[in-house]
Amino acid sequence: MSQNFSENKICVVIGASHGGVNFAFSLRKEGWEGRIILFDKDPVLPYHRPPLSKAYLTSADAIEKNALKSAESYEKSNIELRLGHNVSSVNKSEKNITLDTGEIQAYDTLVLATGARPIIPSIEGLKEASNVFALRTASDVEQIRSAVNTGETQKNVVVIGGGYIGLETAASLKKLGANVTVLEREERILARVTAPEMSDFFEKLHATNNVPVLTNKNVVAITKDGNLNHVVCADNTSYKADIIIVGVGIHVNLELAKQAELEIENGIKVDEQAKAATDIYAIGDCTYHYNPHYDRFIRLESVQNAVDQAKIAAAAICDKKPVYNTIPWFWSDQYDVKLQMVGLSTGYNKLVKRIEEGAANKFSIWYFKDDELLAVDAVNNAKAYVLGTKFIKNKNTIDQLKLADPNSVFKPANLILE
Amino acid sequence: MAKITFITTDNESITLEGTSGSVMQLAVDNDIPGIDGDCGGVCSCATCHVHVKPEDMEKTGAASEIENDMLELDDNVNEYSRLCCQLEISDALDGVVLQVAERD
Repeated sequence: MSQNFSENKICVVIGASHGGVNFAFSLRKEGWEGRIILFDKDPVLPYHRPPLSKAYLTSADAIEKNALKSAESYEKSNIELRLGHNVSSVNKSEKNITLDTGEIQAYDTLVLATGARPIIPSIEGLKEASNVFALRTASDVEQIRSAVNTGETQKNVVVIGGGYIGLETAASLKKLGANVTVLEREERILARVTAPEMSDFFEKLHATNNVPVLTNKNVVAITKDGNLNHVVCADNTSYKADIIIVGVGIHVNLELAKQAELEIENGIKVDEQAKAATDIYAIGDCTYHYNPHYDRFIRLESVQNAVDQAKIAAAAICDKKPVYNTIPWFWSDQYDVKLQMVGLSTGYNKLVKRIEEGAANKFSIWYFKDDELLAVDAVNNAKAYVLGTKFIKNKNTIDQLKLADPNSVFKPANLILE
Repeated sequence: MAKITFITTDNESITLEGTSGSVMQLAVDNDIPGIDGDCGGVCSCATCHVHVKPEDMEKTGAASEIENDMLELDDNVNEYSRLCCQLEISDALDGVVLQVAERD
């Protein structure tokens, strides 16, 4: 029997979101008999984050409806949930952590699931501006909801950043009745992650819904006129904003990893079992990990990766020999459009667009590097998403001409070249 | 209120009571093995696949287009397949029996 099955062992997990919570339950399932202690500075029972900018923002729901697990589940699995506690340091040689209250907690195994925090850019006047919000936590969303709903007048909202968070938030706030404008610094939205066709589609989708998405808008200053902000861009244009949403990306939370002298490269560098150092593992958005399928190290901001690494780390700690080998997937909901993405498109040199007939806004973009299918973006098209997933996993070679032809049967047997 | 019975892939039968929310959430809250609900219930991950007992199909209804599409290439799909994040708990579901599907 492994020593990791001893009931005297302590596993400390820092960060109780998708990664940390799934890890804790997986570790129990794998047979760990010792203590499992989960710390997070967020005082709220851990919740699903993707709905925050989508359904949760537009609902009147309490966050409990989005809980990852019920409070009783933690009790039943004997997982100690220490919410509202900030871990201030890690002592690797003594094998303990210190909370900012001074409390010291020893560990045998440490798991860093520290995630990331929104970047707040150093724009002149942003600190002094009224009603400025990022969107990462339940509390952020509750504050945004209340700011939008205060008073009788329609609120002007400026979203800085045309990434997925910014665009989803824009769509949700429009639904809540606000007057929303998105300002993107690059010449197109989603430039880092999708093809120009997708950027174009989403720009038009927002325009149709009366949300202008303006590109080449580098915000340089916020000026104030009472409670009203003016968002000023480098081209001397200016936009009125009662509320400003900042969605310009994230900083990985690496402070504890640095203290523990872990190897850092764009994130906490881990091996294929999510191990960062002896008795220390790292999972989720904070990791820089090897993806066997794409044969390179990557960092992902994704629920799928957090959950998959959580399961891998739990199995590894319990002396199984799991190997992380998954294809990343993501999704985004904006208005009535459901975007599902699978794979990583970086390095593509060919695009195939397939437009389904007889349905509005139903299409898919297939990213190839020569004959190799790298990724698929599927708009209102779950079938394209699952076909793409299968083809990428199996490294199938696809008949690109047939794929582009909506009259050609959308089935594996018809599309795979021998 | 509805009593919902899950039969796990190990053939264990677990009956739970729910009043609201999705069947997936009820299963996740009660640690039903094989129901993960990784995407939070938006039909994006297909980790909550169940087979409805044939005589209960009337209560649950058939799968929607997106559920069928998500499951199309799943080796364990059949005419009784549903993604249980799409099943809202109500009195109408009282007594249904759901077999947790095997994963590919």
